[in-house]
Amino acid sequence: MFYIGKKNPVKTQEEQLPGLHTAPDWPARLASLAAQTRNPILKAFYEAGTVAADTPISKVPLLAMDFETTGIDSTRDEIVSIGLVAMSLERIRMGESHHWILKPRADLRDESVVIHGITHSEVESAPDLKSIRQQLLELMAGRVIVVHHRGIERQFLDAAFKRRTGEGIAFPCIDTMELEARLHRRKRPSLLERLMGHKRVSIRLPESRERYHLPHYPAHNALTDALACAELLQAQIAHRFSPQTPIAKLWS
Amino acid sequence: MQAEHLEIIDFLRRYPPFNELPEEALARVAANIEVSYFKAGTQILEFNQDVDAWYVIRSGAVEVYRRNGDLYNRLSEGGYFGEFGLLRENRVRFPIVAIEDTLAYLIPEPIFRELFEQYERFADFVEVEDRTRLRHTVARREDANELLTSRIDMLISREPVTIETSSTVREAAMKMSSEGVSSLLIVHPEGSEADLNADNPMAGMITDRDLRTRVVAKGLDYNTPVTEIMTSELIHGEHNQLVFEAMLAMLQHNIHHLPILKHGSPIGVIALSDIIRYESQNSLFVVSRIFRANSVEELSTLTDEVRSCFSRMVHEDANSRMIGAAMAVIGRSFKQRLLELAEAKLGPPPVPYCFLALGSMARQEQLIVTDQDNALVLDNSFDPLKHDAYFLELASFVSDGLAACGYSYCKGEIMATTPRWRQPLAVWERYFDEWIDKPTPQSLLHSFIFFDLDGVWGKTEWAEQLNRYIAKKARHNSHFLACMARNALLRTPPLGFFKEFVMEPSGHHSRSIDMKRRGTAPLADLVRVHALAVGSVSHNTFDRLQDIIEADILPSGRGQDLRDALEFISMVRIRHQALDLDAGQEPDNKIEPENLSDFERKNLKDAFQILSNAQKFLKYRYQPGRAN
Repeated sequence: MFYIGKKNPVKTQEEQLPGLHTAPDWPARLASLAAQTRNPILKAFYEAGTVAADTPISKVPLLAMDFETTGIDSTRDEIVSIGLVAMSLERIRMGESHHWILKPRADLRDESVVIHGITHSEVESAPDLKSIRQQLLELMAGRVIVVHHRGIERQFLDAAFKRRTGEGIAFPCIDTMELEARLHRRKRPSLLERLMGHKRVSIRLPESRERYHLPHYPAHNALTDALACAELLQAQIAHRFSPQTPIAKLWS
Repeated sequence: MQAEHLEIIDFLRRYPPFNELPEEALARVAANIEVSYFKAGTQILEFNQDVDAWYVIRSGAVEVYRRNGDLYNRLSEGGYFGEFGLLRENRVRFPIVAIEDTLAYLIPEPIFRELFEQYERFADFVEVEDRTRLRHTVARREDANELLTSRIDMLISREPVTIETSSTVREAAMKMSSEGVSSLLIVHPEGSEADLNADNPMAGMITDRDLRTRVVAKGLDYNTPVTEIMTSELIHGEHNQLVFEAMLAMLQHNIHHLPILKHGSPIGVIALSDIIRYESQNSLFVVSRIFRANSVEELSTLTDEVRSCFSRMVHEDANSRMIGAAMAVIGRSFKQRLLELAEAKLGPPPVPYCFLALGSMARQEQLIVTDQDNALVLDNSFDPLKHDAYFLELASFVSDGLAACGYSYCKGEIMATTPRWRQPLAVWERYFDEWIDKPTPQSLLHSFIFFDLDGVWGKTEWAEQLNRYIAKKARHNSHFLACMARNALLRTPPLGFFKEFVMEPSGHHSRSIDMKRRGTAPLADLVRVHALAVGSVSHNTFDRLQDIIEADILPSGRGQDLRDALEFISMVRIRHQALDLDAGQEPDNKIEPENLSDFERKNLKDAFQILSNAQKFLKYRYQPGRAN
């Protein structure tokens, strides 16, 4: 996960309206995307489809994902690394994890190097996203993606695909940050609360993990962050939902 | 690209038995781990359920139950479970419940088996055997009183406020006011030569009180450099120490502010008042009463309080190390106060001196039934005709005072009242030359107690000087070590051929075991020999064991076993004394095995067996047979 300071990098529409959870009909949406696309790799990805909306979360194949990027603007910045970990509600499987450093088409800005520690020389010898695209989509196929703050992963992958093939990508995901927001951003703090200095609860990944007594991990390595996010989802379901919760209540 | 699981590897490496594994094995484990989260209260494993992985606790805590529902063990970060099941038909033997929110790393069965078969040390460690049981027993006692179990960094509420060495007193005072703090760390400018040369960036510290006593009261200019009034050569704590240890350090050095370091950098300063606020009713306030007592009579009235402090700590489940250290601080405070009173009565000493504590007090392993073992080191300008009368009187005052406070006279006359043990530093060095260069088992039999020495009062740096002298001389002297080893083997643990207890043969304690003579003393003796062999300058047996483990001279894992054995035997001895006190009896070191529970009896046998094996190793390593 990529952060700068305390501000949230990208405001998505959903985030501005917390609590209003309107989940798209993902099986239908993927089917129609499969029919529309001309790109064979994307077609295969969409045709793999996803689980039915009433599938309990305990039965859903999941894939935790995290990106490090050159900056926060998906129209300008690019992905420099991807971390993936396959999981189910019960177990996160490091044996099925992947970590790529990629060569971005945007410049690697110095301030982002400070954050994720991936250097110019490392990306110089790294592959372009295009060369791992097929493997990435095969890993994602049929799974619901788990991210912390979908504004990053969804928009950056979409933009990266557009830049390379002229066509973007959509996929169902569970956003652990949005699950935290549902609890802690239900309403704006009242004037009294603000006057009394009540601080808004942070829904960033490290602070959210702390609330569930998850250990501290060093941030800004895509694979570690993907694992951190995967664990957070397990914890959220254990504390606030149940293994029977239908996926439709969680994905967006 | 090959995924690297650095975070997982780093975690595993910190804990046994993973610390036994080579890097490539750790990488393989990390790359195959599975992760599961369990909310507090969740049943993680049920009896007889299939088990397909070995569980390592990444964070949180679990309880392990016996099949009949009895609590068997409690595990936290770095603890592991499921091996019983994996080694026995993959069925869960011990049900597990999460008592806190717990994150577990699961090592899949095939990987576990691979490790078990390939790495013998790993297998030894994991295998269900006596010492595991003992370790768990020891571990389980470590809950209870938070003061005794909480880490010091918990009390740190803010980053330390610092100012550079170039500042003036006025600038320092302004910073303290604006930050609202009562102490200020003085640091070397970052990157300066002093900073690069020092172990840590702290040059010193000032407190509110220093401003009052060292600046205002003396009428110093406010532009005086802060370095002129600061306290340098700071005592500091480490972030992972226990609150209790930090408190002991503050009481021992009579300081009210303690900077805490983590990896060599200050992360905060704690004040004694922080701890008092944290734990208002503390056992150790007897120490401050000792320093306020104005006569031997007044001091002697504190004996009961010391005993109740001991009992309280036992009931609060303190470990032997804390109790030993607390009792040593108390004993030390008695000596210090007696010496202050003696100097007040006799006038200042004619030449400088250092009052030494020997034996268990120097090792910080004092209990309540204890002799006074002490000695005097005098300045080399000491002239017996002119000065000895003063020091004899001083020694007698302290020795009689200690006896009045419950520290009985040493039967072996190892006290500063004995002329031979009241000598100038140069003579002491000659003593050690003789003991170390021309040792005989007989001469060492009476002098080994001097190899545990600590300065209590006066020129305490002489004690350190002697310690370093001993450490340097003893290290490679195999004849000396052989003689020490021979003496260390004179007392054996009370186990017979069939591992049954062997009772003391004589006296009205005919059905008892002397836990000191047969347990803690031979253990301390054995550890002392190894410590001398590795050049350790530590006093405490646990610290010495740590030095020995780091020097890597024991077979793998045996150092840890000895630590557990020492802890267990000490605690049986300590609890027994506390029971005696509670029952209004005079405490002693004897226990009757029939008064122990089955559990304690079994563990005690395990612990004695570890001591016995360690003695065999000592014999093999130092060849005491040649020490004649």
